[in-house]
Amino acid sequence: MSGSAAPRQQLGPSPWRILTVVISVLVYAFLLLPIIVVLPLGFSSGSFLTYPMPGLSLRWYEELAHNYKWLLALKNSAIVGVCAAALSSVLGVSAALALTSLPPKARALAYGLFIAPLVVPIIILAVALFLFFSKLGLTGSLAGMVLAHTIVGAPYVMISVNAALQNFDTTLVRAAKSLGASPWGAQRRVVFPIIKPAIVAGALFAFVVSFDEVVISLFLASPEQVTLPIRLFDGIRDELTPVVISAATIMLFVSVGGMICVEALRRRSAKARGLQES
Amino acid sequence: MLSTSRAKPCAIERAEEVVSGLALPQALRAPISRYGLLLPCLLFMLGLFVWPILSLLTGGVHSPEVSQALPQTSRAVLAWNGQGLPDDAAFEALIADLRAADRRAVAEAGRRLNYEIAGYRALILKTAARAASTQGKAGLIAIDPKWSENSYWLGLRRAASPITPRYLLAALDLEVRPDGSIGAAPQESAIFLGVLGRTLWISLVVTVSCLLLAFPVAYHIASSSPRWRNLLLLLVLLPFWTSLLVRTSAWVVLLQDNGMINTALLRAGLIETPLRLIFNRTGVYISFIHVMLPLMVLPLYSVMSSISKEYLRAAFSLGASGPRAFFKVYLPLVWPGIWSGTLLTFVVCSGYYVTPLLVGGNTDQMMSYFIAFYTKQTVNWGLAAALAIVLSFAILLVTGLYALVGRRQTIVVKG
Repeated sequence: MSGSAAPRQQLGPSPWRILTVVISVLVYAFLLLPIIVVLPLGFSSGSFLTYPMPGLSLRWYEELAHNYKWLLALKNSAIVGVCAAALSSVLGVSAALALTSLPPKARALAYGLFIAPLVVPIIILAVALFLFFSKLGLTGSLAGMVLAHTIVGAPYVMISVNAALQNFDTTLVRAAKSLGASPWGAQRRVVFPIIKPAIVAGALFAFVVSFDEVVISLFLASPEQVTLPIRLFDGIRDELTPVVISAATIMLFVSVGGMICVEALRRRSAKARGLQES
Repeated sequence: MLSTSRAKPCAIERAEEVVSGLALPQALRAPISRYGLLLPCLLFMLGLFVWPILSLLTGGVHSPEVSQALPQTSRAVLAWNGQGLPDDAAFEALIADLRAADRRAVAEAGRRLNYEIAGYRALILKTAARAASTQGKAGLIAIDPKWSENSYWLGLRRAASPITPRYLLAALDLEVRPDGSIGAAPQESAIFLGVLGRTLWISLVVTVSCLLLAFPVAYHIASSSPRWRNLLLLLVLLPFWTSLLVRTSAWVVLLQDNGMINTALLRAGLIETPLRLIFNRTGVYISFIHVMLPLMVLPLYSVMSSISKEYLRAAFSLGASGPRAFFKVYLPLVWPGIWSGTLLTFVVCSGYYVTPLLVGGNTDQMMSYFIAFYTKQTVNWGLAAALAIVLSFAILLVTGLYALVGRRQTIVVKG
């Protein structure tokens, strides 16, 4: 265990290395297998959620496409997601820009306030919004859902844009002004193009957050505002059918696809700033 | 907007701008644009986040139903010494208040009074319905002889004060006795300390399990070649990006009584009857760990990937054994990752709602379930708010302890 290990660069001697790899492989399997094993069942031609499948078919996806309730849920999820992402972007970008102009202490305070919705236990936020929105008559309305999802979406836009502004080279703005640009023109032509990937990434993130959000929605939505996660929630509570699994598969592709774009944009944004710095 | 702010940090920049003739208009524009940008999000956050949360939490101690519906009566009974019956003016005030109050306010007050004495709601509604044709103390007692009992007036007096400790006490399994002392609540309603303990215990078990599982994984990723790193990270990120409900439904399909795992085990003849793997604590642990693992792996990985291997090599070359190098050199270096990962996991876990609701047992629910239950099912908002206060306080306490431990540990590492 001791002396022979000295020349090795690893954490310890090889038994530890083997244990690390074994645990890691088991954890990767634990994380991924449930999703990989279960979701194909939506393509089964039978109605039991078990293997072996009697055959492959798209019947459950067809049923999904013709079911009024699922279509309503999809429509609501899309509307709320897009509106919440748009509103989150406006608020998040202006917050991030405003933060750069604050003195350090106020900046830390405001930053803390803006990311607080991500720290507060979700159940407390949901109950608080439910009680507050019932007084305003905003429960059971898509507008209420958009506002609520913006509260948890805007911080992600703010964080994303704030990170992009961290290494921002301000001499660029001064250069633009010395070349005759107005303050607003400098913003639009110099600052905006540089933070654009970060804004898009943040907005996408906010969309995915809204698209997956269920706790607040459960409190605010009446049957008319049902979203995909709520339908899924009901499906798990009542009865899991292949239709529910096929809807889950669609949700998976939307959120994972969205997040892959976010990651790609984040990298591109970091790269762009890296070039700016050099 | 941005430029004005960035002009601030150093005198040279400012001087430059004075020279370039931009200083004056900018000095004027700065405050406007600065607050013009900040204001919308600030108002949004204060109005739709801070205010609702504060009014929820104050609802745990603030209960103005009775003092609003019956203002004169409240004043009269609060001035009364609690002995025998209040004077005739209190009876007159009650009649006057009930005549003046609208039905909804009276119903709210009745709901609040019912927490003091069961049946009070019916009494108030009945009295309110006949208040118009009633005069004086004798009239009230004629409507219901309960108005001649000291306990009902004492109940009214307890509810008349807009600030009440009763919800908070109830959330801590305590109650105010009729004589005004504070004691343990009766056994059938004293469930909340148990719920709090269960919530914290489940969070602790999940956090420790996640740490033990995530540590080797994070190390494995961090010690892989750069080409593999991204791929391995993706294996952790993909489930992290997958919607919580998608993952939960997968676990239900796998674990339920006629689910895949039980079917396979039954077919293989390994078990006679299906194992109970879900809708109990086992199910909660499995799906919680599945949800939280990425939250633990990512901070650990980000710290581990920044640790130079030279440190361990130095430890080994100075004669340290494997375990010694691990505990004395590696672990202190990874500490920030462990610190933030476990704190994040614990805090998120203790406030979680959907997972335990869908895969937990009916009698094994966490704090969040009861907050939701008293909000939507029984409409006892005071108690829901008090439970929210207790949960927030517990989380703040854990975070505070963490901050202390974290600071001490950092000092040790530096020393």
